[in-house]
Amino acid sequence: MGKLIVENKTIVVPGETLAEGMDYLPGNGTYRIGEKILAEKLGLVNVDGRALKLIPLAGRYSPKINDTIIAKVIDVTLNGWRLETNSAYTAMLPVKDATAQYIARGANLTAFFDIGDHVVAKITNVTSQKLVDVSTKGPGLRKLAGGRIIGVNPYKVPRIIGKQGSMVSMIKDATNCKITVGQNGFIWIDGEPKEILRAVNAVRMIDENSHMKGLTDKVKEFLQVGGEAK
Amino acid sequence: MSNDQKQHMIKSFKQGVRFDERGLEDFRKLTISCKPSKTAEGSAVVKLGDTEVIAGIKMMVGTPFPDRPEDGVIMVNAEFLPLASPDFESGPPGIDSIELSRVVDRGIRESHAMDLKKLCIKKGEKVWIVSIDICTLNDDGNLLDAAALAALAALKSTRFPGYDGEEVNYKELTDDKLPLAQEPIPVTVYKAGDVFFVDPTKEEQKNVDARLTITSLGDGNLCAMQKGGEQPFTLDEISKIVDLATKRSKDLRKEIDKL
Amino acid sequence: MSYTKRKDNRGFDDFRKVEAKAGVIKNADGSAYFKIGNTIAYAAVYGPRELYPRFLQNPTKGILRCNYNMMPFSGMGERVRPGPSRRSKEISMVTQKALIPVLDLSEYPNAVVDVFIELTETDAGSRCAGICAASMALADAGLKMRDLVTAVSVGKVDDKVVVDLDYAEEAYEDGHVADIPIAYIPSTGEFSLLQMDGIISTDEFIEALTLAKKAMPRLYEIQKKALKEKYLLFHGNEEKGEKNE
Repeated sequence: MGKLIVENKTIVVPGETLAEGMDYLPGNGTYRIGEKILAEKLGLVNVDGRALKLIPLAGRYSPKINDTIIAKVIDVTLNGWRLETNSAYTAMLPVKDATAQYIARGANLTAFFDIGDHVVAKITNVTSQKLVDVSTKGPGLRKLAGGRIIGVNPYKVPRIIGKQGSMVSMIKDATNCKITVGQNGFIWIDGEPKEILRAVNAVRMIDENSHMKGLTDKVKEFLQVGGEAK
Repeated sequence: MSNDQKQHMIKSFKQGVRFDERGLEDFRKLTISCKPSKTAEGSAVVKLGDTEVIAGIKMMVGTPFPDRPEDGVIMVNAEFLPLASPDFESGPPGIDSIELSRVVDRGIRESHAMDLKKLCIKKGEKVWIVSIDICTLNDDGNLLDAAALAALAALKSTRFPGYDGEEVNYKELTDDKLPLAQEPIPVTVYKAGDVFFVDPTKEEQKNVDARLTITSLGDGNLCAMQKGGEQPFTLDEISKIVDLATKRSKDLRKEIDKL
Repeated sequence: MSYTKRKDNRGFDDFRKVEAKAGVIKNADGSAYFKIGNTIAYAAVYGPRELYPRFLQNPTKGILRCNYNMMPFSGMGERVRPGPSRRSKEISMVTQKALIPVLDLSEYPNAVVDVFIELTETDAGSRCAGICAASMALADAGLKMRDLVTAVSVGKVDDKVVVDLDYAEEAYEDGHVADIPIAYIPSTGEFSLLQMDGIISTDEFIEALTLAKKAMPRLYEIQKKALKEKYLLFHGNEEKGEKNE
């Protein structure tokens, strides 16, 4: 008979034994050595019937196709823009995927996106060698003007967005700020300076306490009392 | 950071709203812990918000400079360790860490903070060499002020090692302190657009056009300065900066006095 | 002569007092602090990130770079001149070899994971303290790894086989001394760092390794606990609450 060594939702570190025996199956973030299943990352154990997997709690962003990210223009080349993605890899934004507008050959590309600009882009391709292509053509994809960009742990992004965007909507409504959350952990916030600061503090609160029980209520309360204290 | 975001920061600062809850003229929370390193004859860790710097003092016996046969020697060195920031690289000291160490050095040297004559063991032959090494642990802006405070706190915590005339005994420190006559305290005032502020985070510091470090003494006199950044200052601006810096240095001095 | 009592009254199979903490350097992707006796190591991990110059890149997997450095005031005795030395370069190299067997960087072709180890204070055992801190920092950085790596030195002082020699023991003059820094992968029982200097008999050497295997699980528990503490959220919340008061 197999035996589960750790409970569901416990935090484990690499090398920690999660289960013994062949009844359990190693999923993402776990591996089998002999009769044992061990953790392969720092994470939260998820037991789903006989399947064990880990929900990672830390780490840099890894580019994935169809992710919407916030990226920074770091170079303008002959046929497009090179973007910094908050990951180990830069992305290429080819001229043809930049805008619905016609760009003539030899046009001044900096008129569209200049070095230092931030854009909301969608990842269209990631090769095995991690060459990343993005597009800024599509709903919501654009150059970001003004505002403030902060970085959060990319693994907390789903929590910051909330179910059907509930969490981020709540912050938007309470602060009257425009907010765009990139899957890569960059978040853009624009509005009145004081309100931006409140929104930033609310986001940081989620980032730092993402697994706290009743987080939504705590954030709500925080935004109601003014959100001055961090 | 793009120009756009810089304009946004300036707009925000003009309304008195920084990237955290402070006012423009406020420092982050300062904590100083003394003697974090037992191998140093004196040491201190300074935290300014998330900026963290360690300074350590090593005492050695060596020969004085020929033109100053009765004076002990002070050396200041700063290492921007790649441990402390993704922007720091391994390798020989870059210009930023050289500048920092020289500004700290000037503050200590030009204020005659240390009575160098008291570091003389035998005129022309043997003097104490006080080596101040500053290492970054985490860079979240305003390294310069944090580093100088760490250096000063480390000097204050220093005890001479034993010395029998031949060899330094590092295993047993004496009760003797360094001959510190002055305590130079630096405050750097930063400028972005036409807004002035102190102690920026790294995110704020990226938008800085110019800065001026003013090192001042307990009696209110100034002992060292350094202007940085690519924008010039007017006389009015400089006078405003000096006022702000001396005001803030009094607060910092209270923390140093507690040590 | 016989070596009968250790300076701090610990047993011959005991290591010195250990303190460990994860997440000590905010800017880093992962970080840790590891103190054993009077030896203190900080480790910061940056990456996976872009690797330049390009010729260093490996198209099949990410590479691990380690850098061990003693702060100028961290040595017993005189100031250590800043910058790399032959010693620190060798330690950086063996540290990398000690850690690489547990790491899987196949998801990061052409990229690099940088580990920076800094010592603020040393009293022997600094490379092992560095490896303990580094393996915690790698886990804290969320990297894929089979296990943590645990490290401590064992050896011999006069007629006794001991764990975790301090500087005074390394400098013992009334009999033979051997110092054997070891890194160990607990889940497989394998050694990934093994160096030795000094004089020891074959039997004593095997005895020393056996002693190391016995001491490692206790160190490993300290590393694990420290890592979890960072992520145990209620605890974390309380701490943050206090800081703001």
